[in-house]
Amino acid sequence: MEDISKLIDKYRGSHGGLIPLLQEAQDQAGYLSRETLEQIAEGMKLSLAKVLGVTTFYSQFHLKPRGKNIIRICMGTACHVRGGASIMAKLEEELGIKTGETTKDLEFTLESVACIGACGLAPVMSINDDIHGKLTPEKIPEILAKYRRQEAV
Amino acid sequence: MKEILVCGGTGCISGDSRLVHDALEQELSRQGLEAEFKLKYTGCHGFCEQGPVILVTPKDNFYCKVAPQDVPNLIHQLKEGKVYDELLYVEPTTNERILTRHDVPFYKKQQRLVLKNCGIIDPENIDDYLSSCGYKSLQKVLKLQPEQVIQEIKTSGLRGRGGGGFPTGTKWDFARKSVADNKYIICNADEGDPGAFMDRSLSEGDPHAVLEGMLIAGYAIGAQEGYIYIRAEYPLAVKRLSIAIEQAKARGYLGKNLLGSKFDFSIKIKQGAGAFVCGEETALMESIQGNRGMPRPRPPYPAVKGLWDRPSNINNVETLANVPVIMEMGSERYAQIGTEKSKGTKIFALTGKVNNTGLAEVPMGITLREVVFDIGGGVSDGKKFKAVQIGGPSGGCLTEEHLDLPIDYDSLLEAGAMMGSGGLVVMDESTCMVELARFFLSFSRHESCGKCTPCREGNTRLLEILQRIVEGNGEMEDLDRLQSLGENIIQSSLCGLGQTAPNPILSTLKYFRQEYELHVKNKVCPAGVCKALLSYKVMEDKCKACGLCKKSCPTEAITGEKKQAHKIDVSKCAQCGVCMEKCPFDAIIRG
Ligand SMILES: Cc1cc2nc3c(=O)[nH]c(=O)nc-3n(C[C@H](O)[C@H](O)[C@H](O)COP(=O)(O)O)c2cc1C
Ligand code: FES
Repeated sequence: MEDISKLIDKYRGSHGGLIPLLQEAQDQAGYLSRETLEQIAEGMKLSLAKVLGVTTFYSQFHLKPRGKNIIRICMGTACHVRGGASIMAKLEEELGIKTGETTKDLEFTLESVACIGACGLAPVMSINDDIHGKLTPEKIPEILAKYRRQEAV
Repeated sequence: MKEILVCGGTGCISGDSRLVHDALEQELSRQGLEAEFKLKYTGCHGFCEQGPVILVTPKDNFYCKVAPQDVPNLIHQLKEGKVYDELLYVEPTTNERILTRHDVPFYKKQQRLVLKNCGIIDPENIDDYLSSCGYKSLQKVLKLQPEQVIQEIKTSGLRGRGGGGFPTGTKWDFARKSVADNKYIICNADEGDPGAFMDRSLSEGDPHAVLEGMLIAGYAIGAQEGYIYIRAEYPLAVKRLSIAIEQAKARGYLGKNLLGSKFDFSIKIKQGAGAFVCGEETALMESIQGNRGMPRPRPPYPAVKGLWDRPSNINNVETLANVPVIMEMGSERYAQIGTEKSKGTKIFALTGKVNNTGLAEVPMGITLREVVFDIGGGVSDGKKFKAVQIGGPSGGCLTEEHLDLPIDYDSLLEAGAMMGSGGLVVMDESTCMVELARFFLSFSRHESCGKCTPCREGNTRLLEILQRIVEGNGEMEDLDRLQSLGENIIQSSLCGLGQTAPNPILSTLKYFRQEYELHVKNKVCPAGVCKALLSYKVMEDKCKACGLCKKSCPTEAITGEKKQAHKIDVSKCAQCGVCMEKCPFDAIIRG
């Protein structure tokens, strides 16, 4: 929180400082919390509506924490009938979250997509830029562990 | 001294060109060859397809797809004064190895004026820029009157490369004539068109040229401050521009009383935050001011009332990078390049189903055939050429009948397309034009800022219509609806986004109407792309009842006993195509 006030001091006087301020604030926490936005509005002498208006206009800003790893599970037809739903259930169970949410430790965000275009490998998911195919629920813990480890080093 | 120029463009970096550079550095130092070979990490060479690429001067030898483990052999050959054959470019039709870069077909028809330093100089070193005539044009300009500079640009015939093609000299003249306490030069580096990356490459590969263009523009219109508005997705370009600004300040090319004149100029960088519409000039200025990036009606034009209500001149990166070139070679010589109304060169980003993807700078008036077939090496996988989409989501398509059309601003408009940013996407017979139109429209609709109704609501309706056509629920009246609603949106939208968003529909309707009709009337997608319109069939005479398809079908839609031709139950089929892939006898067809 202290850092945010420092940032606000840095941009208070500057013309058009709101966007770079939001960018730097987001760099610190990975997203913009309600408290941060309120603090920014107060510090910059702007209404919260104005600050939120700008924040929601630009796709770069996130109002909820997002994970370091973005998992996209394919819910296209081919994946669905080959057990995509059981993969999703396993992921939700392993991560302890629902689709569309992010884990508390901010390691993973789970999203669903319509089709990844790898139907021959169904069921499929992508983690960041990697595609994982021919999934079974048993394979999930191992794959997740690999990304957790990567984060640790 | 020989130079080894390793590409440090975004494309080659993703192929690990940094490691290649570091391996070269180590090997040169291990063998004590630093005095003989100068190693440089440059900007993009344009032929990203073949990356990581290396150019060795003075013989202009061009090496492709270089990996760190190739380095010892490469150095060994270079040390002996030889060429390392293994890594030379191989011409795919003749399988011949090509010795020099200018003989590689991708480069042969190019005229690299604006890109002349890209891939040659070290963009993080101002001395490199200075030694290739850098900031000479600025020196020349500071001895002229601003009006004379504007006249030079007018004579050159330079038109804006950001899409609209407005004459640059005339625009500067407007801004010069506005009277105010302060004026601004804005460089538009937002480059939102998916598929275009010339502005990124220029900013990464020759950042000082962009700064020099801004300085000259600033002197001409009487501005003291400049902004570069660049998308946050281009971190390397931001870094190289920032380094260039610091170096230019340190050497007195930015700051007060530049080069002993009375001219002061400073440049700041502003990063975008992910909104396509912020490439539009009035939205861009709103964004710099810290607001939602919504366009406003013009007039007043930025030249009268722009950033913080001061007269402002906004130009695209490539436009500005042309300016030092013009001042260096002289406007009359520059005006000899190109066509009657479109002068100079244009950089195209060649992508899609084409053999050589990358950036190519060619004189205006070159034909599409030369770009796609000579430079691009033709359609990939030996498929048949269908069309190119030029200008991204606001452009249109050109077909076989346009292959010999000389490309310039006006010929493209006449053909129902537009130059746009210069993105050129090649498509073959396996591209569905209706689905393509739907794709572009969903992009534009998503990026609409929502301020004006025609764009916000109209494009949403267009998208709904296209959606039902690709899903097999279209009716013939929908084609007329697309046409009239599209024309309406073009007429009535507030900014260029809405005014151009229907273009991909109108131009595909014009040239590929039959394809739309097949989707609507016959419920068929001839390119085999629209999943809802596909069905898979087993040709009984070819089926050997091996059972592979049955086994691999994820939805258990295939039935059939031994020695009996198999069948696909359309109601269960998920159109995944696995059976067709698996069938060893090509007995399964899609249609
Ligand atoms: C929706 C929209 C997006 C645009 N995006 C860009 C862009 O990314 N880069 C650019 O230079 N111009 C873009 N333009 C054009 C600018 O509004 C402006 O015309 C241009 O920057 C002027 O520079 P020029 O005269 O040098 O071409 C866009 C226009 C519209 C309507
Ligand atoms: S990034 Fe290396 S050639 Fe383009």
